[in-house]
Amino acid sequence: MGKTKKALVFVLLSLLIAAPLFANGASESGDDVVTIRFEQFSGSDGTGSGEALRQMIAVFEEQNPDIKVELQTIGYDDYFTQLQSKVVGQNTADVFELNYENFVSYASQGVLADISGYLGDTSGFNQTALEAFNYNGIQYGVPNSFSNCVLFYNKDLFDQAGVAYPTDDWTWSDVETASKQIMSALGEGIWGFYRPLTFNEFYKGVAQNGGALMNEDGSAFTVNTPENVETAEIMAGWQIDSHIMPTEAEMGGMGDWDLFKSGRLAMLVTGVWAFTDFSANCSFDWDITIEPGNTAKATHFFSNGYVVSADSEHKEEATRLAQFLAGSSEASAIRVAASWELPPVTYEDVLSSYLEMTPPENREAVFESLDYLVPPPVVVQQAEMSAIIDSYLQQILYGSMSAQEALDACQAELESKISL
Amino acid sequence: MAVKGRSGIRRALPFLLPSLAGGLLFSLLPIIISLFLSLTDWTGMTPISLNPVSFLPFIADNFTGFDNFKTILTTSEFWTVLSHNLYFIVLYLPLMLIFSMTCALIIGSRRHGSQVYRVLYYIPVLTSWVAGALIWKWLLSPVYGPVNNFLAIFGIEGPMWLQSEVWAMPSIVLASVWKDMGFYGMILLGGLKAINPEYYEAAGIDGADRCQIFFRITLPLLSSVIFYVVMLSLINAFQLFPQVMVMTTNAGPNGATEVMVERIYKYAFRFGKMGYAAAFSWLLFIVIMIFTLFQKLGERRFVSYDN
Repeated sequence: MGKTKKALVFVLLSLLIAAPLFANGASESGDDVVTIRFEQFSGSDGTGSGEALRQMIAVFEEQNPDIKVELQTIGYDDYFTQLQSKVVGQNTADVFELNYENFVSYASQGVLADISGYLGDTSGFNQTALEAFNYNGIQYGVPNSFSNCVLFYNKDLFDQAGVAYPTDDWTWSDVETASKQIMSALGEGIWGFYRPLTFNEFYKGVAQNGGALMNEDGSAFTVNTPENVETAEIMAGWQIDSHIMPTEAEMGGMGDWDLFKSGRLAMLVTGVWAFTDFSANCSFDWDITIEPGNTAKATHFFSNGYVVSADSEHKEEATRLAQFLAGSSEASAIRVAASWELPPVTYEDVLSSYLEMTPPENREAVFESLDYLVPPPVVVQQAEMSAIIDSYLQQILYGSMSAQEALDACQAELESKISL
Repeated sequence: MAVKGRSGIRRALPFLLPSLAGGLLFSLLPIIISLFLSLTDWTGMTPISLNPVSFLPFIADNFTGFDNFKTILTTSEFWTVLSHNLYFIVLYLPLMLIFSMTCALIIGSRRHGSQVYRVLYYIPVLTSWVAGALIWKWLLSPVYGPVNNFLAIFGIEGPMWLQSEVWAMPSIVLASVWKDMGFYGMILLGGLKAINPEYYEAAGIDGADRCQIFFRITLPLLSSVIFYVVMLSLINAFQLFPQVMVMTTNAGPNGATEVMVERIYKYAFRFGKMGYAAAFSWLLFIVIMIFTLFQKLGERRFVSYDN
């Protein structure tokens, strides 16, 4: 008995010792200047966007002498792990960045502040992007950037094979025909198309074939409908039937961007954030067009946003910072000049300066694609849902299940594991 | 060894305190807390305080009993990843024993230059797993990697290694053996040095050949050390994690390298299911416990101790 008691005392004692370690680090503030802690991942020094972000903050501090911004940049790979521990320890920054996919997970946990009361005029925002950060009717954040995917193509390969360039009207079968022509004309080592069968590409592929992964009001999964099974069969077929696309093994650990830049890939579906890299590192001519669908057009929507912590003691100031960085014309102009994704704004002058830059010649396709945006299905258990879907799509590619079997099993697992 | 009773503990406590405090705070406390958390559906994304006054009500609010354990044990995922862990062990353990034994024998041979090998074999142990795993990933790259290019010289078409569903786990095993053989080799070397040289002299006089000496003298007298190495490596093998995370993206082709700790990490830090992850880790603990107990039983039967 004595021993147990002693052990108990020990544990309680260590709990007491530990408590302050996990306690709230109160933020200090001067008499009139408020310090706002700001944490983000998208602006990084590797791409020049870090410098752009510091410029934006400098402009903001000049306009708002009562606010001082303390910027902390964390790499994307570690960002969400550290954010999670800060949320748990009640030590989140006043303003922090979330991507659209993670936004609902955090919004549903009550750790974000409702900022609608603090937001000023939001008419300058692209409304689709703004609504993305609205959860259950409450505005929890503002979008700071958004981007979509387009079809990139290597003009030189099309010229060499004597095949006409892709147009906005192309469908999947046009892609397949052109790929086969190019591959038979140019021989081994050249691939026609790259678009992997992953959650991100699949949800969009499904929409391009007139389907959806969830019903209209998001109350049930509709993964294994006939049109979705067909979509999975066609998309997997690019790798395992028509073989216009290299398999994961044939890629041998090489990335899709690298394959394109090496001049051995005719067409690639990827994000517009590839512009900077491809402009600098492609030794051939390339251009873009709206990505082809099957029976319908659908394009990807990616967005990052700034949110305000529910624990912040300076929600008004924090919102002012978030809104300035995300949607002011000053910040947007800096963002465009640094080629840092697309600002989610509607200012004519900002957008026209974005359009003037080449390559690609057909930069309008970026904006035209916005007409077909389909946001991914977003649920509280977002990461788990996409991991489950990914794992069944792989079963199709590895031949261990037919498309029908895989999507049936996927539907069942989603229904049992993901609460809607 | 002669310290007796309470006074001994009292005298030792000040000396033990620095590491004891760390152990209590960063090992024992989290272990106890994870047991509480395993009975909840906490997402790991809301604030929590360890202040006893608010901690217990917090647990009570999120309490779901043994639901997490039930769910884990009834879904196929747990058994699949457990089988991946066991597959790893079946491949890894014999290879590791052979290689580390060879290391120990080479270093222990007292030939000229054998000390150089001591350093060479130990370097991987000191290398960080991340750096080592990245190098192995590159070595095993199917098209550009040195391993497959070397095999091509002999007309062998190398496998797709980490990109192949079949070869992904063996690739992880290969890297793990490389990393660990120096460490376990050193432990075995310690055992070798402890064997009384008179046995070898006697065997020599009796005309035993090297094979007989190894299997009749060295191996039996080393059995206790080998058992220790097996137990240690088995526990470590169940905790297989960094090499998998670095060498394969998203747990390998078709989930071929999904293992226990990788799942725990995903549930805790990616899928927002901290309670579920805590339950998963307690099940891992039980699995390791069972294996260790079996080994203890085996030890009594197979190990001979040299006095």
